[in-house]
Amino acid sequence: MKIFRRVALYAALTFAALTFIYPFLWMASSTFKPPVEVGTLSLIPSHPTFDNYRTMWARAPFGRALLNSAFVATTITLAVLFFGSITAYAMARLNFKGRPVLNAATLAVLLVPGQLTLIPLYTLIVQLGLIDTYAALILPYLFNATAILMMRQFFLQIPQSLIDSARMDGMGELRILFTIFWPLSKPVLSIVAIFTFMGSWNEVLWPLLVVRDQHIMTLPQLLTVFALGGGAGTVGVSLASAMVLVIPVVVAYAFLQRNFIESMAGAGIKG
Amino acid sequence: MRAEERSGSLLGAPYAAFLLIFAVYPIAFAVALVFMHWDLVTTPTFAGLDNVRVLASDGRFWRAVVNTFVFLSIHVPLQIATALALALALNRRLVALSFWRAAFFLPVVISGAVVAILWSNLYATDVGLINHLLVKIGLHPVPWLTDPATAMPAIAVMVTWKNVGFYVIIYLAGLQYIPRSCQEAIEIEGASGWQRFRYLTLPSLLPQTLLVVTLSTINGFQLFIEPYVMTGGGPLRRTYSVVLYLYTNAFAYQKMGYAATIGVALALIIGAVVFIQRKTIGSAEAI
Repeated sequence: MKIFRRVALYAALTFAALTFIYPFLWMASSTFKPPVEVGTLSLIPSHPTFDNYRTMWARAPFGRALLNSAFVATTITLAVLFFGSITAYAMARLNFKGRPVLNAATLAVLLVPGQLTLIPLYTLIVQLGLIDTYAALILPYLFNATAILMMRQFFLQIPQSLIDSARMDGMGELRILFTIFWPLSKPVLSIVAIFTFMGSWNEVLWPLLVVRDQHIMTLPQLLTVFALGGGAGTVGVSLASAMVLVIPVVVAYAFLQRNFIESMAGAGIKG
Repeated sequence: MRAEERSGSLLGAPYAAFLLIFAVYPIAFAVALVFMHWDLVTTPTFAGLDNVRVLASDGRFWRAVVNTFVFLSIHVPLQIATALALALALNRRLVALSFWRAAFFLPVVISGAVVAILWSNLYATDVGLINHLLVKIGLHPVPWLTDPATAMPAIAVMVTWKNVGFYVIIYLAGLQYIPRSCQEAIEIEGASGWQRFRYLTLPSLLPQTLLVVTLSTINGFQLFIEPYVMTGGGPLRRTYSVVLYLYTNAFAYQKMGYAATIGVALALIIGAVVFIQRKTIGSAEAI
């Protein structure tokens, strides 16, 4: 009876896991199939071909989009870590008049749905003349309220004696932050880095509003425009373009799986 | 002390400036736009309550709101059921626990745009994988995304599939907090598996369930890329979402005042629905 239940449990889990993994495997294998074979369930192409990748690469600037995505996501992540930790340090460890206001404003910002500010932000970008620039993709994400709250929470637990003795040694606040707090805060910094990078890497609504020039587009946007505009033509080609976006994520996920789960679940709950 | 005041203000200043430009100003301007007509080219004109009046009787807007409720009525219960079932399965001594967890979480890390493109192909009527399976077991193929009755449910199932891993993690965390002593006590009392689930596990997980309801509801109101990629809002506007309508008004019709009005209305609706849900589930706890 016990053994029967164990077997049933593992069978159910395997079935469930297959429904999550199989579509991605099918997608990956379809990109190597000629059009006539794509509709089949088989995961092994009988006549493997790179044509889908060649076509996709030739029809739209995917190489450029890959670089754009990497540049935008990296810049935002570094900014959120750098500016965010400076802000969080001030909010956690320095007494100044504006502090309660900043704390309250940060919590309030998290309560406002993004759709409310979407149009005003868009008109702001238009009026600043930033349509079709990297600045449009980066500026609104330089600070992240969730990241600041997480770092602030972490910084609150670091003993005051460390700060006091560093000040005695004549260290400035920024040096204390980057030479004492940062090394102690690796867990929270990596959590913030992962969810910020992933959020930016996968973001598509904002780019769809502020970018029209194919050469500034990030991957998710180019992929969407390409698939919808009929540029892909066949299923294989459209899935091949999706693979460019997926492969870096899956490779990173395979190595940093625990951190990914902790980071993205944590950010979603707090955000 | 004065040094601390100075460095505090100095380090806090960039963030304060950012909040003013990218949070306070947009929120204030969103409200101002409600009373404006503006096409981004000519100067904005005062519109009085025009936008609000038009919105109140705009069949397309309310269609999108109804669509969202159709989506939520399938998505939220299904999300709770699947996340809870998988979390309970994973909350045992399992071989390769981290593999199972990683498998369920995989779609969470994949871009919504990719998932939408992938599932358009899985749902395709003639060559789709799902219909291929249906035909294999002797059923008729279903025009998932082109039939007005099945399109939104199909999208709801897909979104549930994409996000379930995230909610499994929430439930798994909640399961850690059920005290061992309670579990032992109820077993000694001779409760059946179902009774243990009904009277101990489920009530103990109420805070997590409340979180799942709130987050998946907010997520549902933000539906955009899925209908944008998979159906364009059709068939018969049955998958048109509020955000897609907002985007169309801003981007295709250049109606900034009206688009902002939709944004404000959406924020109010989200606030109201989440408030009512919390009240209802909160009072269920009292009983």
